[in-house]
Amino acid sequence: MVLKEDLLSIGVHCAIIIDVAGNTIAQLDNGRCSFDVVSFAALAAGNFAAVDAMAKLVGEQQFSLHFHRGENESIHFSKVNEDILLICIFGQDVSLGFLRLKTTEVIDKIRLIWGR
Amino acid sequence: MGFINVKKKEVQIKIVYYGPGRGGKTTNLDYINKKYKQRIKTEMVSIKTHGDRTLFFDFLPVDIGKIHGFDIKIQLYTVPGQVKYNATRKLVLKGVDGIVFVADLQKERRDSNLKSLEQMKENLLSHNKDAFKIPLVLQYNKIDLQNQGIPLLTVEEMEQDLNQELRVPYFVGSALAGDNVVETLKKIISMTLISFRKELQ
Repeated sequence: MVLKEDLLSIGVHCAIIIDVAGNTIAQLDNGRCSFDVVSFAALAAGNFAAVDAMAKLVGEQQFSLHFHRGENESIHFSKVNEDILLICIFGQDVSLGFLRLKTTEVIDKIRLIWGR
Repeated sequence: MGFINVKKKEVQIKIVYYGPGRGGKTTNLDYINKKYKQRIKTEMVSIKTHGDRTLFFDFLPVDIGKIHGFDIKIQLYTVPGQVKYNATRKLVLKGVDGIVFVADLQKERRDSNLKSLEQMKENLLSHNKDAFKIPLVLQYNKIDLQNQGIPLLTVEEMEQDLNQELRVPYFVGSALAGDNVVETLKKIISMTLISFRKELQ
């Protein structure tokens, strides 16, 4: 998935595409990430599913912004379609707004590929 | 169905340990983690309460080697067993490929086994899966308690309660001592891979 270079080029540390069951579909990082991607994907899928279920409980279709801010690393989740999610891990040098714009573009591109 | 990555020549399979609370699901994973420490590259992930009860799930990835050039990666999950956590159980069952139902041999847990199995069938239906079709293995756990004089159900009673209609393989085991834990795992992996192959053909 060359597309994710769209994200790494703006300073995202790591981009992962997972399915809602927690399987990693694709992963790309800047070479300086050393965390356990397999476990991360499982937790991320669980986290996303839990937030999704909470949204339904309060009568929302979904929460469109799903984001955790840390001191050095932040995590941004977005839904590509019913089956797959895009997760970006980024530092303070990337603004959330810019990242959201970029992920929207990338999601459209992934949907095109997925639809084939 | 599991996930196949053709580019990386990799197959990912999700196996869920299901069953009533305090039945030994997490203990099964703990034992597997200890036993195959060298082959499991990562730490087991557990989301649990302060009282050491599973809150969301436990997660343990295991690589079992190659089949036809494809790396087989098994992902083991447990669900929280406590009755109130059904919403989370449903979430964990999403995309499941094979299930181990860990039932409790103790006489007083007979009802919880039955209820948990019934609820599992319903939960599977909500994901359009059928308990009669998905690879499923039963484990009658806690046989070690018989030495402590705790009243246990007999295997016949367990079979009648839980396996009369399902007719799936079962193991009498002890997750704590490790009896039949590995056998259960091997059985569910081979059943899942066989059903996987059938689906692909």
